[in-house]
Amino acid sequence: MNNLVSPTYQVAGKPRLLNDNTMHYCPGCSHGVVHKLIAEIIEEMGVEDRTIGVNPVGCAVFACNYIDIDWVEAAHGRAPACASALNRMWPDHLVFTYQGDGDLACIGTGETIQALNRGENIAMIFINNAIYGMTGGQMAPTTLLGMKTATCPYGRQADLHGFPLHITDIAATLEGTCYVSRQAVDTVAHIRSAKRALRTAFENALNRRGASFVEIVSTCPSGWKMSPVKANQWMQENMFPYYPLGDLKNDK
Amino acid sequence: MNETSEVVLLKGNEAIAKAAYRYGYDGYFGYPITPQSEVLETLALDKPWETTGMVVLQAESEVASINMVYGGGASGKCVLTSSSSPGVALMQEGISYMAGAEIPGLIVNVGRGGPGLGTIQPGQADYHQAVYGGGNGDYHCIVLAPYSVQEMADHVGLAKELMFKWRNPVIILSDGVIGQMMEKVVLPPFHPRRTDEEVRQQCPWAANGRGKEGRRPNILTSLDLDPTRMETHNRHLSEKYKQMEQAEVRYEEYHTDDAEYIIVAYGCSARISMKAIDLLRHEGIKAGLLRPITLWPFPEQRLAELAEQCKAMLTVEASEGQMVRDVRYAVARRCPVAFYGRSGGMLPSPDEVYESLKGMLS
Repeated sequence: MNNLVSPTYQVAGKPRLLNDNTMHYCPGCSHGVVHKLIAEIIEEMGVEDRTIGVNPVGCAVFACNYIDIDWVEAAHGRAPACASALNRMWPDHLVFTYQGDGDLACIGTGETIQALNRGENIAMIFINNAIYGMTGGQMAPTTLLGMKTATCPYGRQADLHGFPLHITDIAATLEGTCYVSRQAVDTVAHIRSAKRALRTAFENALNRRGASFVEIVSTCPSGWKMSPVKANQWMQENMFPYYPLGDLKNDK
Repeated sequence: MNETSEVVLLKGNEAIAKAAYRYGYDGYFGYPITPQSEVLETLALDKPWETTGMVVLQAESEVASINMVYGGGASGKCVLTSSSSPGVALMQEGISYMAGAEIPGLIVNVGRGGPGLGTIQPGQADYHQAVYGGGNGDYHCIVLAPYSVQEMADHVGLAKELMFKWRNPVIILSDGVIGQMMEKVVLPPFHPRRTDEEVRQQCPWAANGRGKEGRRPNILTSLDLDPTRMETHNRHLSEKYKQMEQAEVRYEEYHTDDAEYIIVAYGCSARISMKAIDLLRHEGIKAGLLRPITLWPFPEQRLAELAEQCKAMLTVEASEGQMVRDVRYAVARRCPVAFYGRSGGMLPSPDEVYESLKGMLS
């Protein structure tokens, strides 16, 4: 058995920057996979000496516990402002934010759009699971019409709650963004695609090409009250048609 | 670059801006609001990014400004923002986060009359907000109260020293009078900004990348869901605040040696009260002034001593009475403490202060 896990036989592994702390994320949640991709990319780029992550308020408030880089934990929604200053103070550093839908597209909409529009040389990673996970499953700005949450228990209605916000589409219209992409991590193919997108965003930031924005359409099995498998299916059937995957903007 | 100090005629707001790059600040983040917009305007005009390398950024809101200060300070850089009362109200969450995560930074409040949108005329009604913490949780900021254009400049330098000494936010609580009036001011010589290497050495706690040496990750946060650890952190902060109360009290006295009546006032009210004291002294009334320079920590001990020697005290503020509570607490009924104030953009006049104190004679 020991032989089997020796480096010789290892075809996949945990990135060195992903530490051994037990993750608090629920089974089937997309955060863990995205964390692993971020750790891998920073390691592959060899820039952990000059990387600063900005974590949000929400489930990923503990992202700093799992990836061994420097972190600044921002107030709810304010990560883009915090990251703007970090990069302007340390212009040769890789500065990225990691935010959920409530943080990035609701309370922090102003900071998100303004930082993107200024063309800050940062990468913004947007985990869109259409729900407030940490507070127990309330309606988010990206909650789909008809979708039931703790604060729209009869389903989201446009006349009562307004429409789901396409913040990623807005990001693509802004002159300050150089790269805007929507990805998912539900299949191996999607994970590989998401990794390419995240790497593009990080390289853009380091090369000071403007703001990059990567949405990851994600699952929240606990908030959605589904098994991990069912959550992935539900995401594929309901989220992908509304939030189609692919690059929205890629200024070469 | 100018290696020596320079004597110029400036507005208080301009002095803040010029002192910031001369003292080697690394960044300014701000949003326009009357009566302090000259801070950002002066920086935009002087372009320090071309000389000292200081970053100047107009933010989209005061909320963004303070969170930029939070980020810049978290990385060990020396950064500031400025605003006026309603704008500083918007910053309170960020200031609380800074205090919790022990992030240095300077917030300048060129105060106006309130509450709400209030007025754009000068006011001192943000004393409670600055001294007692307008944000959530147990915390304190060091609060400096300049009473001249010279002190506007000097306090920017003092704030730089204090924010890193204590890893704590510092507030300069000024007002529209000091911000807008012009006076002769001696600007300091240019202090070079710290190099990135110096920042990393002097702020080993800061989040600015693990470096070539690959040190352990630094995480700047005010969050801890474990209540025992959170309480331990709060007690650490309380202990720090006690040390600050021992070490950082600053005040100035004017004719207090033989004073029978002592006025307590800061900022523009101190300037006005000095004139009133001259009028009273001219009539042989032994009046003096205690001017707190730090509003937190507050010169409680000195006030208690002075209360033993004088017949009465008068607190003068451009508010409906905020600092007077701290004066009464410090004096602890050793002598009567009266209050005179104007608010809503109205200021106490020297004559009014004079009359108010004369009314106390018996």
